Amino acid sequence: MTARIGVVTFPGSLDDGDALRAVGLSGAEAVPLWHDDRDLHGVDAVVLPGGFSYGDYLRCGAIARFAKVMEVLVPAATDGLPVLGICNGFQVLCESHLLPGALVRNDSLHFVCRDQRLRIESTSTAWTGAYAVGEEIVVPLKNGEGGYVADERTLDALEAEGRVVARYLEVNPNGSRRDIAGISNAAGNVVGLMPHPEHAVETLTGPAGHETDGLRFFTSVLRQLVGAGA
Amino acid sequence: MARVVVDVMLKPEILDPQGQAVARALPALGVSGVRDVRIGKRIEIELEGEADEAALERVRAFADQLLANPVIEDYVIHAADDSTSDGPAA
Repeated sequence: MTARIGVVTFPGSLDDGDALRAVGLSGAEAVPLWHDDRDLHGVDAVVLPGGFSYGDYLRCGAIARFAKVMEVLVPAATDGLPVLGICNGFQVLCESHLLPGALVRNDSLHFVCRDQRLRIESTSTAWTGAYAVGEEIVVPLKNGEGGYVADERTLDALEAEGRVVARYLEVNPNGSRRDIAGISNAAGNVVGLMPHPEHAVETLTGPAGHETDGLRFFTSVLRQLVGAGA
Repeated sequence: MARVVVDVMLKPEILDPQGQAVARALPALGVSGVRDVRIGKRIEIELEGEADEAALERVRAFADQLLANPVIEDYVIHAADDSTSDGPAA
């Protein structure tokens, strides 16, 4: 039996379809989850997808944090359920206090959409075990409010504890402190990532020369779940 | 009816690119001497009852859960001052 991985759709989610597809391509069973349903339907892991939940009103992710599904997701994540928040999903994880810091408007003021080179900094998370430390990958990035900020003490702690999961290379597209593209919680089961690995999972549509660089985020969690005898 | 205002501002150490863009645009109007511009949000909440300390306390109870993100924002809660001008009189 393979693992079941849920993808939450909020009003305004855009990348839930691609995330479901990436989950399926990784070999897991993709399970659509609904923001207004206080039930995770027994999934083994959850992806919070990109988009503009609730129109980004007030602050990105601020309203989604209070969706019914989050009432069950937050305690489950605290208890170790693997959760990957991509872009808007990362913002929701920060607003939910599952991850420290916040994401603010790009320092350029421009919405940025590009194929972004990243360096994987940690493979001890639920979502990056299939990569190598220091490995460079290219996946699409598209955000208007992707600048990762936290106070210096938090940033130092993230670095010291190996919780910086990925860093921007060549270009810092949004002014993120210390070129941070993704972080994890202390246990490593919750990861927030501003770039979009779910858009780099197929030869037809992935970035040229790096078409499937993002797929291993999804195979990583599958490997961990199956390896754990889930 | 009580009208309570929550003024939300980015913390001083958080870059405000929106404010910077406005600051850079002002010289085009011939405005000089502007050192900095920072942009925040004003949230007006209408509550049942009087605009007293208890009303402020009710807003305080949820302000940092939803209205502001204390990681990046500071906020001030006060009763609405009805003498506040909404701009130049027509």
